[in-house]
Amino acid sequence: MKDEVDSREDRVANLKGMGCARKRVEDARFTQGKGNYVDDIKLDGMLFGDFVRTPYAHARVVSINAEAALKVPGVLAVLTAKDLEPLGLHWMPTLAGDKQMVLADGKVLYQGQEVAFVVAENRVAAADGIELVEVEYEELPVITDPFEALKSDVVLREDLDPTADGAHGPRKHPNHIFTWEVGEKETTEQVLAEADVVVEEMIYYHRTHPCPLETCGCVASMDKVNGKLTLYGTFQAPHAIRTVVSLISGIEEHNIRVVSPDIGGGFGNKVGAYPGYVCSVVASIVTGKPVKWIEDRMDNLMTTAFARDYWMQGKIAATKEGKITGLWCHTTADHGGFDACADPTKFPAGFMNICTGSYDIPTAYLAVDGVYTNKAPGGVAYRCSFRVTEAAYFIERMIEMLAIELNMDAAELRRINFIKKEQFPYQSALGWEYDSGDYHTAWDKALAAVGYDDLRQEQAERVAAFKRGETRKLLGIGLCHFTEIVGAGPVKNCDILGLGMFDSCEIRIHPTGSAIARLGTISQGQGHATTFAQILATEIGLPADSITIEEGDTDTAPYGLGTYGSRSTPVAGAATAMAGRKIRAKAQMIAAYLLEVHDNDVEFDVDRFVVKGAPERFKTMKEIAFAAYNQAIPGLEPGLEAVSYYDPPNMTYPFGAYICVMELDVDTGEHEVRQFYALDDCGTRINPMIIEGQVHGGLTEALAIAMGQEIAYDELGNVKTATLMDFFLPTAWETPHYTTDHTVTPSPHHPIGAKGVGESPNVGGVPAFSNAVHDAFRAFGLRQAHMPHDHWRVWKIANDLGLHD
Amino acid sequence: MIPAAFDYYRPKDMAGVIALLEEHGDDARVMAGGHSLIPMMKLRMAEVPHLIDLQDVAGLSGISVKDGQVRIGAMTTQAELIDHAELTTAAPILKEAALQIADPQVRYMGTVGGNVANGDPGNDMPGLMQCLDAQFTLVGPDGERSVPARDFYEAAYMTARADEEVLTAVSFAAPSGGYAYEKQKRKIGDYATAAAAVLLVKDDGHCTAASIAMTNLSDVPVYSDAAGAALTGTDVDADAVKAAAAAMLGDIDPMEDNRGPVAFKRHVAGVILSRAIERAWSRS
Repeated sequence: MKDEVDSREDRVANLKGMGCARKRVEDARFTQGKGNYVDDIKLDGMLFGDFVRTPYAHARVVSINAEAALKVPGVLAVLTAKDLEPLGLHWMPTLAGDKQMVLADGKVLYQGQEVAFVVAENRVAAADGIELVEVEYEELPVITDPFEALKSDVVLREDLDPTADGAHGPRKHPNHIFTWEVGEKETTEQVLAEADVVVEEMIYYHRTHPCPLETCGCVASMDKVNGKLTLYGTFQAPHAIRTVVSLISGIEEHNIRVVSPDIGGGFGNKVGAYPGYVCSVVASIVTGKPVKWIEDRMDNLMTTAFARDYWMQGKIAATKEGKITGLWCHTTADHGGFDACADPTKFPAGFMNICTGSYDIPTAYLAVDGVYTNKAPGGVAYRCSFRVTEAAYFIERMIEMLAIELNMDAAELRRINFIKKEQFPYQSALGWEYDSGDYHTAWDKALAAVGYDDLRQEQAERVAAFKRGETRKLLGIGLCHFTEIVGAGPVKNCDILGLGMFDSCEIRIHPTGSAIARLGTISQGQGHATTFAQILATEIGLPADSITIEEGDTDTAPYGLGTYGSRSTPVAGAATAMAGRKIRAKAQMIAAYLLEVHDNDVEFDVDRFVVKGAPERFKTMKEIAFAAYNQAIPGLEPGLEAVSYYDPPNMTYPFGAYICVMELDVDTGEHEVRQFYALDDCGTRINPMIIEGQVHGGLTEALAIAMGQEIAYDELGNVKTATLMDFFLPTAWETPHYTTDHTVTPSPHHPIGAKGVGESPNVGGVPAFSNAVHDAFRAFGLRQAHMPHDHWRVWKIANDLGLHD
Repeated sequence: MIPAAFDYYRPKDMAGVIALLEEHGDDARVMAGGHSLIPMMKLRMAEVPHLIDLQDVAGLSGISVKDGQVRIGAMTTQAELIDHAELTTAAPILKEAALQIADPQVRYMGTVGGNVANGDPGNDMPGLMQCLDAQFTLVGPDGERSVPARDFYEAAYMTARADEEVLTAVSFAAPSGGYAYEKQKRKIGDYATAAAAVLLVKDDGHCTAASIAMTNLSDVPVYSDAAGAALTGTDVDADAVKAAAAAMLGDIDPMEDNRGPVAFKRHVAGVILSRAIERAWSRS
């Protein structure tokens, strides 16, 4: 009866649907230590496996002697490539069409590579066993530089036929993986030759690592009686893992259950398949007992998927008035020892061809060469859609340098080149169709919010004071306007290992008007259980608090491609809305029957169907749900369920305008972020609080990457940054205050107009921080200085510019 | 990150500790807060078959300030230094330095004794103790002896402490005048890129005494007599500060690491010391 007195406004509020800053339902367990992560899983008789890893970056494995290790009490087995070979599991396919050693097969290609798998009754015995496995190595010359790799006589991948094509076409050198070309080469070169102004520069986006708080791991449990394999793991794509495990193990897919429990951050690190998964499965099959493998922090940083490592040679052409006429880019991509990049099959350099950014550039050309080196494999999209952060960094650096060349204000240069609102949908020179955007509005709002003109005035005064010797601090104003491409993706051009990149949602409405929805995605901290329930609440008129969202168990959830590349909301979010609409369509028929009117005479209103023109005659969704199970309705099956597999017609193109104001001490190289303004346009906003949290987190990762985080190698291929002492992971201490803002330009093709936001702050944040550093030194002649901008590198900028003389 | 097996001991008194050290020699190590030793054991870079935990040994903690003399028991944590009002009045440089060590969680466990005795050139307390001209009390089979902090450090992780000895306390005269502990680090919890401990005494506008020590700029803490001498007798003007920094640069020997190349570290050392001198002078 309460419904009848509630106002429409109250009924909307009661749903906690889209637009509501609903508190995260996951946080009660996470903040009380009640999460259930992989390492919390403890099964009866569970064993523990861990790896012997090579200290050398390039070496032959002459012999492996496990005799002493097998004498350690509790050590049960030591697996090597020889043991896996009869099963055909000593190598495994990578997501990029290459293959990768599971355990060292005759040689090792990077420091930390897996050589042998020690299986023991507990972790301590496994650790002791590892110490006692004797491996004899014969060192080989190490190549950590991709340019040197393409010239060297040293062949890293002796298993590959040097004359045969790779997965992505011809190879130019035994250490070459692929060449990928997009756009018009000759036309672009013509434009460059005839341009008023051309800027050319090499931009290095250094190697780093996603470094989730929880490292990678799994528990494999083979039930030999039933022939069923259960694999718990930190998987960002549990269904794809099930298919891969079936394909490489020969176990029929219905006999494999993959479960991703709570995941403590992924950021791309948990997309791929790792030797630990294969070895755990084999060890469980061999022993008949569950086997757990969990990385420690050093294992994670040194061996499981890295990110970036792109050398981007760029040329940008413009008229003397600043209108960009062409863009050229050649990227040398360091993929490490195996090509294990996680990209859709047809895109070996991901969506790097979004590198024309937010600008209307008529002509462009991009070529990417993938190269093998003695570094760890990977190349995952660390909190970004595939290689989009590299693309955004490239164009946002090029435009800054073009502004220098033209002696123009960098904000104004952007403004005169932005794609205009009326140009959408916009066909980019490198082949994408941008769905929607309003860049000028966002840009002007951002510049006004920070008081841009006053900041430039202050900066000029600071430079003058510096030159007079009154201060040793410079002021940088870092600009960035980014456009992302997320939500992979249309099955017609996006697949992983042949699996189309659709996603799914299945909904069951219970008789009492509550519901469970299962999706093919998996939250790693994004708050899916909160936001997807909000989408459904608005679509089906039941309160979000009455809807359970479940993901990650392949026995119960519908097939999906998982969560990465900001695809959950664009793809699974769309599937959720579409499944909800199927529920609503059936509910409409039930309501019409109950109200004794024609189907078309009722209409949906927040949480009910009402008879058109007679709002006092209605049936709430709760009443309809009960009727679906309690009444025989002519022509309708009982129950209220729906499933949707959604293949998006296009990607979505979130964008944003970020401005960073930074103080830099030229003597110590220290920085202080004085102000950071982030305007995001992610289309329809589902939960503003979660968006703000995502932006804060992504900006903090961007700060880390720009200002110090890296995976660095010495010339012997030793990882110099394998612990959190040297690998920069910011704490509250290093994290500045952020101001968030937004505009709303819905996606025209997405059912609810949402575009995805989780990765925008990383994509846009890195150029904003880096441009602030560069901008501080613009008055002294700096053009390009590679990241990360840690203290000594900033000091070196100043030193090279003569500011310490 | 799992240490090799070890035997764990928790003696109640110093005699018990010494007996264990005598029995096991090189194979035994004492542990105070454990925040250097345990990570090294987990990385299997330190092999310690016999680990002697000092936390139940009576008489190793506590701070006393009496007649201008300060004594700090080895098991006193950094957090206790920070919270001790009397110590902060007598020697405020300790609180200033301790607040720049690691993070609050580590400071609840990390001890003064462990920090000075481990011989890690990255630790902050050794340089600070040299600046204060502290004495370290060592107890061994032959009883107690005292070693000046300025004579204690021989090389990285090598000190004047014998294997069977335990560092039980640090003591020093409460300093007068101005003070500063200035530290540059990459992030919270990091060791210093460069750090400077400075004590200055001002009389009638002139510097009458100066003590300067540097951290993580050599394989041992660096007490720079020459830098102090460059300030003594001056009115600590810009030229004097410059001279002190130049003198200090003659005493340090930094190595390249992930914090940066040698030229950068030397530049930063000069800047950090200049800032420390200026702050200390403004407080004197």
